[in-house]
Amino acid sequence: MVHTFCQDGRYLALDVDSGAVHMLDELGYEVVSRWEKSSKEEIVEALAGRFARAEIEEVAGEVEELIRNGTLFSHDESLYTPQTALKPGVIKAMCLHVAHDCNLRCKYCFASTGSFHGQRLLMPLEVGKKALDLLVARSGGRKFLEVDFFGGDPMLNFKVVKELVAYGRELEKKYDKKFRFTITTNAYALDEETIEYFNREMSNVVLSVDGRKEVHDAMRPTVKGTGSWDRAMKNAQKVAQARNQQNYYVRGTFTRDNLDFSNDVLALADAGFEQVSVEPVVLSPDSPYALLEEHLPGILEQYDILYKEYVKRRADGRWFSFFHFCVDLQGGPCIKKRLSGCGAGVEYIAVTPDGEIFPCHQFVGRPGYCMGSVITGEIDESIREKFAAAHVLNKEKCASCWARLYCTGGCAANAQAFHDDLTKPYEMECEMEKKRLECAIAVQAAELEG
Amino acid sequence: MKHIKTIANSCINKGAGTGCGECQASCQSACKTSCTVANQSCQNKGEKVYNPARKNA
Ligand code: SF4
Ligand code: SF4
Repeated sequence: MVHTFCQDGRYLALDVDSGAVHMLDELGYEVVSRWEKSSKEEIVEALAGRFARAEIEEVAGEVEELIRNGTLFSHDESLYTPQTALKPGVIKAMCLHVAHDCNLRCKYCFASTGSFHGQRLLMPLEVGKKALDLLVARSGGRKFLEVDFFGGDPMLNFKVVKELVAYGRELEKKYDKKFRFTITTNAYALDEETIEYFNREMSNVVLSVDGRKEVHDAMRPTVKGTGSWDRAMKNAQKVAQARNQQNYYVRGTFTRDNLDFSNDVLALADAGFEQVSVEPVVLSPDSPYALLEEHLPGILEQYDILYKEYVKRRADGRWFSFFHFCVDLQGGPCIKKRLSGCGAGVEYIAVTPDGEIFPCHQFVGRPGYCMGSVITGEIDESIREKFAAAHVLNKEKCASCWARLYCTGGCAANAQAFHDDLTKPYEMECEMEKKRLECAIAVQAAELEG
Repeated sequence: MKHIKTIANSCINKGAGTGCGECQASCQSACKTSCTVANQSCQNKGEKVYNPARKNA
């Protein structure tokens, strides 16, 4: 399978099964786009009115050479064969919901402003310890274990966070493991001391700031209803600086109220952040902030607008990285990773303050998806198997999708929320994912050309 | 080649020694809402891209 596309006047082709990428001239694009559906003769005839026959033949020769090299129209049957007997294997990553409570009342919060559709709760130290024990016990030979402190806002239970990190360091020695602790916070409650602590112990910090002050303040009020931007922004900037602009992300959310979100990405870059991620809100269609299908053309256009500005800024000394415009075309993860994706419910689990286990942070509180408890140490293997089976190779829609080895089959939480079926990806997400991937590939091409 | 310039060769690594599973869980890293692995590196070789001006200091 080959995907051809044009981004800002640049023609590109991705050979799906090999991952090779080619830059084309207009004629090259026309020929490659037709190759699978038409014979060489038909292509020459179809294009003869616009291009010289000799030139068209020349392109065809180039295509044939690349096919022989295995970098165009390559085919690997194993990538189209459903995998049925998948065993869930080890658990290696955990999202610890240390605080189902928050100091902000964000209107779009999937956690229902921090409480996750339940009571406001803080995770007791003992529950956290049991969770880390379980992770170690279920991690087999895996050395690197990931634990994200999440909420609500985990800073509301920071004492326990610190105690759990200390406990994790003990476990590392005892069991020859390496914890990669990360924290996701709204930055509102940070101070010099916590920032210094993050630098010592957290391998990544995700800071939630939405971008422009007016956008952020409209969505992310404090408990008292006042804006949180001033304080969150100032703290987030300090974190970014203290981490030398590495190993952190400033992460925004866009909703129906800021469909011009490219301006928020750029506002974050203007504020001095070099690692930026701005994500579409995921809410059911009846929410007043939800993104609907009718918004999609405008959203895709925003990525185009952002693309242009992004390439320009990176070239003129205002370098920054936008999470979804990054793709590693030279290496990247191995095929197993490309097929297994987020690992929710399989190698990745989320733990609530009272020790219940869910497939991932987005599933927390969804009826029917509690899959065990860290207190008893029991995990429902049938749920793990169900998630393992929702593999990109087993999803009908993904079989013909060119983005499959990058997207890995879509978010299971969205598939469940929108279709109540883990194997049916959410369409809006697919369209955005594919657009962002085209932009990411084009960024590489643009930067190679200089 | 005149019309087609290859900018990246085959990168889908299917070789021996792959699948060690030591890499990061994708959704944890930055977004918490997507399973994309496009921007991930292999634990055994990859380096995350930082501002080249900082030379990955
Ligand atoms: S973009 Fe959609 S169809 Fe394509 S691989 Fe991802 S989830 Fe599957
Ligand atoms: S199911 Fe969705 S939200 Fe959950 S870990 Fe996977 S990509 Fe992330």
